[in-house]
Amino acid sequence: MAKVTLKGVKKNYGPVKAIHGVDMEIADGEFIVIVGPSGCGKSTLLRMVAGLEAITEGQIVIGDRVVNDIEPADRDIAMVFQNYALYPHMSVYQNMSYGLRIRGMDKADIEKRVQRAAEILQLQPYLQRKPRELSGGQRQRVAMGRAIVREPSVFLFDEPLSNLDAKLRVQMRLEIKRLHQQLGVTSIYVTHDQVEAMTLADRLVVMNQGRADQIGTPGDVYNHPATTYVGGFIGSPAMNFVKCRIDAGKAVLDDGVTLALPGGWTAPAGSYTLGIRPETLRIARPEETPDLHLDVDVAEELGADTLLHGKIGGQDVVARVPSNAGFHDKSRPGLMVDISRAHLFDNESGLRVAV
Amino acid sequence: MIERRPVANAFGHLMLVAMIVIVAFPIYLAVIAASHTIQDVSQTPMPLLPGAELLENTARALFDGPQLVGVSGSTPAIVLMMNSLIMAISIAVGKIIISLLSAFAIVYFRFPLKNFFFWMIFITLMLPVEVRIIPTYKIVADLGLLDTYTGLVLPLIASATATFLFRQFFMTVPDELVEAARIDGAGPMRFFFDILVPLTRTSIAAMFVIQFIYGWNQYLWPLLIASDYKYQTIVLAIGRLIRAPDAFYEWPVIMGMAVLALLPPVLVVVLMQRWFVKGLVETEK
Amino acid sequence: MEKRVVFQNRYLPYLLIAPQIAITIIFFFWPASQAVVQSVLREDAFGTRSYFVGLENFIALFEDEYYLNSFKITALFSTLVTTIGLSLSLLLAVTADRLVRGTTAYKTLLIWPYAVAPAVAGALWGFVFLPGPGIFAWLLLQAGVDWNFHLNGDQAMFVVVVAATWKQISYNFLFFLAGLQSIPKSLIEAAAIDGAGPIRRFWTVVFPLLSPTLFFLVVVNVVYAFFETFGVIHSLTRGGPAKSTEILVYKVWYDGFEAQDLGGSAAQSVILMVIVIALTVVQFRYIERKVHY
Repeated sequence: MAKVTLKGVKKNYGPVKAIHGVDMEIADGEFIVIVGPSGCGKSTLLRMVAGLEAITEGQIVIGDRVVNDIEPADRDIAMVFQNYALYPHMSVYQNMSYGLRIRGMDKADIEKRVQRAAEILQLQPYLQRKPRELSGGQRQRVAMGRAIVREPSVFLFDEPLSNLDAKLRVQMRLEIKRLHQQLGVTSIYVTHDQVEAMTLADRLVVMNQGRADQIGTPGDVYNHPATTYVGGFIGSPAMNFVKCRIDAGKAVLDDGVTLALPGGWTAPAGSYTLGIRPETLRIARPEETPDLHLDVDVAEELGADTLLHGKIGGQDVVARVPSNAGFHDKSRPGLMVDISRAHLFDNESGLRVAV
Repeated sequence: MIERRPVANAFGHLMLVAMIVIVAFPIYLAVIAASHTIQDVSQTPMPLLPGAELLENTARALFDGPQLVGVSGSTPAIVLMMNSLIMAISIAVGKIIISLLSAFAIVYFRFPLKNFFFWMIFITLMLPVEVRIIPTYKIVADLGLLDTYTGLVLPLIASATATFLFRQFFMTVPDELVEAARIDGAGPMRFFFDILVPLTRTSIAAMFVIQFIYGWNQYLWPLLIASDYKYQTIVLAIGRLIRAPDAFYEWPVIMGMAVLALLPPVLVVVLMQRWFVKGLVETEK
Repeated sequence: MEKRVVFQNRYLPYLLIAPQIAITIIFFFWPASQAVVQSVLREDAFGTRSYFVGLENFIALFEDEYYLNSFKITALFSTLVTTIGLSLSLLLAVTADRLVRGTTAYKTLLIWPYAVAPAVAGALWGFVFLPGPGIFAWLLLQAGVDWNFHLNGDQAMFVVVVAATWKQISYNFLFFLAGLQSIPKSLIEAAAIDGAGPIRRFWTVVFPLLSPTLFFLVVVNVVYAFFETFGVIHSLTRGGPAKSTEILVYKVWYDGFEAQDLGGSAAQSVILMVIVIALTVVQFRYIERKVHY
């Protein structure tokens, strides 16, 4: 087990800058999830830790060693791939033991390790099967088994669940979490699925176009997004962004809606982007004067909740309200904004503005 | 199909069956000829139904060879077939080995001159033995390889076709397998033998069928290289015997030999049909 | 196309590719360049020394009536083999594709001639048409044809075309069938719903979609007829009678080995190389186009 440190890690493909410089300290035993849309550089970053991509600039340290020039096999890591990358012509047992055999490990030791991993993953009945005779979930477990038998100091996961169907994904997510609790090995996990990211991570790294926009605990990232990008990426449905002017303790939206700001807000007067999560909008009670009225285009009934889609000040807005509130297409409910849970961002840079 | 027309369907089956009969006819006739005595075969026309001498004539073809004064004397078919087998298997195996290695180099490494080598191999597609007969013959002669198995095989084992087929297949092998192997600590040759070659076995089988047939059916090359009867192949012998001035006296035995000459490659194609079709279709992609 | 992941090694790739390259250089490039060199040389009467003659060998060739004749024969031969072979196998493939049952069985029963050596194919058909015991020869005689392909040039051409085509039908059939089976059934159904009958459907939908296969097969068959039929000719007619079946490849061999005219044979080799290269370029162009589409 080991801590992992990234120092100013950059990656260029010729003139194209894929990673602009990432700094991160991963504690021993921590579960880090790197999340972002496809093309944001998250897989590249992971593959640099694995040693599958050369590092253009900066340093990666695993344990006490700078591993920049160390072969993947010698980095004391194990990796689980998106498509599992099981050797199709080898049995489950051979797949799991291949790396150990190459290392020249004693047969009895190999047997012991494979059996133990198989036990943890409930793979014992399948050890003699070929990967093609297994279900998706079982293949996934074999891929993890191959990583476990290595007893590495770091696990790397590259979108390991994205080839599974939705139900299995939830189940495997739980298994990975349990496995981590059981083994306590430092893990770096890449995904584009924010739910996976939120549920698994001790800390999240939200990547955006080759930069780490924010590194923090799930709660941190959700409650205090560092950029509009992070705010929009984490949370479903996505955060609403509306342009506003702040002046004299009030936020004025484009169509004249005025929201009173809580006392503590000290942002200087000017133009901002206001981030409001759909769940911080609520239906005004009869005795309240609504902050604003939403012209509902479409109401999406989800069961417990209903999503009301409409426009405020010409900008698309979604409100998440209880279904029993009874609003439908073309209705016009009055809404209250929980402004204390709203977020203020700079119009130009998209950075969070302290309030 | 959209229309169901019993008459058209019946006609279709009829036509295909007729074609199969026509296609098989010359071989049927060869078998018939091999099953009669020379007296029966010499009738005009020869009989169309099998006689009783098939085993005897085949045995004579196999172990004695036709008794002709002129051409190749009497090399027994068993010797000729052994030569064909050696040639066909060596060519097939040789082509597969060197093509696997070079395709591996081309796909899994980056090195200076790679494209140059690639084009060099590609160009050999354009130069069948038939168009460079004399200089190639001369080289083999200069190397002292006339009338040797090496001379029969070596010049034919460079193969652009096999290299391209394997290259094509290697390109479809997921990158993650290489990465997984690297993380498992496998070097390039270990990856090649432990993972890549086992994965390629269907393509290897396909290539084997095609190249076995190619090797077995060689004619011009052995005609040049093997002047000594000890190194002649059965296909070459057929081509010579059939035009021998006194072939007339030995038709049953010669036709028996012709059947023996076509049997091994036909069996390979029929028994390994799946790989054969795959190999044919994929090499032309 | 490049792999994203490659191994790092300085010498290994050269080692891996060395056998293939060595054989290619020794047995392909060296002889090919020798052919070019020899094509501009001529040996003196004693064969002791050779001297440079420029393009004389080529000029002599194109003034040689037999060579020009060989060109014509090759053109006729390859046209016949290609058109007859392709038409027959297309007809068979369309018929087999139409049938719901039996396609696989027909495939198995039709593909095996591919495995028969050209020389053996020549021997088999030579026997069928052999004056005397040959059944077809007898039938033709009964029909009043004065049949002896060892003496009549047209008849000899007929027999070599039959033998060469017979061997190639299975190959064409396989590719046509694969081409037909890869046409989505929904397209044909759409055409049927549009009111096109079976024959119209074939010419307006199926045939155009099959044209890449057809083009490919034309090139392959021409190459086959030009270069791979030496065995058929050698075993059946030895180029005769009176050089009436002497195709180019046969003549290269004959002039080089039987007539010992090295310069002339080398010049012929060079011309053949130019033809193969032209055919390959045509085919490659087409493959490139296919990739782009």
